[in-house]
Amino acid sequence: MAFSEEARSRLAPRAAEIIGRYPRSRSALLPLLHLVQSEEGYVSADGIAYCAEQLGLTEADVTGVVSFYTMYARKPVGDYHVGVCTTALCAVMGGDAIFADLQEHLGLGNGETTADRKVTLEHIECNAACDYAPVVMVNWEFFDNQTPQSARDLVDGLRTGAEVKPTRGASRLCTWKQAAAILAGFSDGQAAEGHTAGPATLAGLRIAKEQGWTPDGGSSPQAGTGGRQ
Amino acid sequence: MSTILTPELSAHWDEPDSFTLAAYKRAGGYQALPKALAMSPDQVIQTLKDSALRGRGGAGFPTGNKWGFIPQGDGKPHYLVVNADESEPGACKDVPTMLANPQALIEGAIITCYAIRAAEAFIYVRGEVLHVARRLHLAVAEAREAGYLGDNILGSGVSVRIVVHSGAGAYICGEETAMLDSLEGLRGQPRLKPPFPAIEGLYACPTVVNNVESIASVPYILKYGAADFAAFGTERSKGFGLFSLSGHVTTPGQYEAPFGTTLREILDLSGGIRAGHWLKFWTPGGSSTPLFTEQHLDVPLDFESVAAAGSMVGTRSLQIFDETTCVVRVVLRWCQFYEHESCGKCTPCREGSYWVVQLLERLERGDAASADDTEAQLDKLLDICDNITGRAFCALGDSIQAPVASSIKYFRDEYIEHQRIGGCPFDPAASTLFALESAR
Repeated sequence: MAFSEEARSRLAPRAAEIIGRYPRSRSALLPLLHLVQSEEGYVSADGIAYCAEQLGLTEADVTGVVSFYTMYARKPVGDYHVGVCTTALCAVMGGDAIFADLQEHLGLGNGETTADRKVTLEHIECNAACDYAPVVMVNWEFFDNQTPQSARDLVDGLRTGAEVKPTRGASRLCTWKQAAAILAGFSDGQAAEGHTAGPATLAGLRIAKEQGWTPDGGSSPQAGTGGRQ
Repeated sequence: MSTILTPELSAHWDEPDSFTLAAYKRAGGYQALPKALAMSPDQVIQTLKDSALRGRGGAGFPTGNKWGFIPQGDGKPHYLVVNADESEPGACKDVPTMLANPQALIEGAIITCYAIRAAEAFIYVRGEVLHVARRLHLAVAEAREAGYLGDNILGSGVSVRIVVHSGAGAYICGEETAMLDSLEGLRGQPRLKPPFPAIEGLYACPTVVNNVESIASVPYILKYGAADFAAFGTERSKGFGLFSLSGHVTTPGQYEAPFGTTLREILDLSGGIRAGHWLKFWTPGGSSTPLFTEQHLDVPLDFESVAAAGSMVGTRSLQIFDETTCVVRVVLRWCQFYEHESCGKCTPCREGSYWVVQLLERLERGDAASADDTEAQLDKLLDICDNITGRAFCALGDSIQAPVASSIKYFRDEYIEHQRIGGCPFDPAASTLFALESAR
């Protein structure tokens, strides 16, 4: 079934804004797919038809693009997408143990969703936070330095509606659909929340300050392997 | 002790509002832009050439030269595409940079657009980092509000628009031509080169594709001068950069230092390998760079020295593994990553990555009939890698050989040991972050 008239009129200004960002309309396809994912929680056949119609493409053409990118879900996702990094470094540091533990705890296989539709569990590839390994992402927000126990507490909190806060990110988790809207380019006003430079981010800076190595403005002492003259 | 760390890009990351325009200006931000606008675009390009900044995304191509390839007076629109698709296993520098100081990237992008005569820039940021998208949108909005973006910037008559574009989960889109296809709304597959993006990039128009850290370094170079920047680093690897330390270390994190710094220096400063353990192997530049071992602790981390020692400095992603780690497991997992991320366009990578994974899985299980059989499997593995490298469409395929061949070079016995005992000799629990906690 195609999108309802209500949904279409609600989405229309956002779709128009997305298309207006680009010199050529087809560039709008990825954000438009994020937009339809924010509507339905996944990219359905209806979502594909909507994007195709907006851009004057065939549904086959859009489907070909959707199937290339892992972030577009092809079946409904729960309110919270829990991604456990199991690429080499996180896997070794505990990601494998966390993923195995969560599968057992939730009774889910990879890509499956709890019966209450709250949590979808998936193993994911390296998420650019190796200095905080092992990492779990919820709706693409960072939960750093996890253990099997902390990850279990995390998903339990998500299912009971407890207030769950990312390690580095917004003060409150948004839902999977709301996250997709942000990726489509519509911010939720939470950008200023959270002091996102965690201990690892600041590790080098902290040591430099302890050592009195404060460069700034062309006046620093000779650096170790070069340095200012 | 001489200065080892040089926090420049990261100097103000500890301020709670470091990501705002106000904090960036307080720290001296947006002083480079008026200086650049007072110069001619060609002078800005020359300044970048003089600084000898080399691309910070891994390949190390001189940034100023890349800008200089953009044809002038060709009547076509020019574009800047910022590669913010950080996804190389081990790489974790651009994400914290954009979280903590997105304005350095924005100011750098505006200056770059001016230099290459582009009116539009796209920041292609990987989709899987929601708060980074928020911060980039905020940064663009703040810069626009302050008159640094839009029409007639600071009364110069120059116009620049920046669009933040979130990807959708595909490592291959970090390859510059795949990124351009993706930005055009297609499957993100690499293009045949030439033509290079500088001639036919986005919409077949001249395009510069630069990494986040490269662009974020531009304001520094304009503000303090090319000579100041070039005073850091080694003869052919100038400047400073973020070294990302991860894995079995006491203090993982971001360490901004001149090129040519060694892992030993960084480890000595930061508390070394985690207590009670010793370094087994490491990557100097992410999973796509051949492994190093303890014997490489004093290799200066610059493009030339690391290459001379048989690897690549890449994205300066120092992934550290101690003696509790099974190298076969790690290499298999990286190859599964490449198998998963291979875009399918070319046969050597698409098929080769699958065969490599199958062979590595067998080697990890250790179910070969004999040590000789295992040796034959290793030879087959290397043969397949030889048939991928140099024959694949882009660097993703070539990357597969790096961990495979280097691990066999340094740890051949460990592969054989899997066969001898019929499985992995390592306890995976011992290598986890929480191994100590659970042992208590």
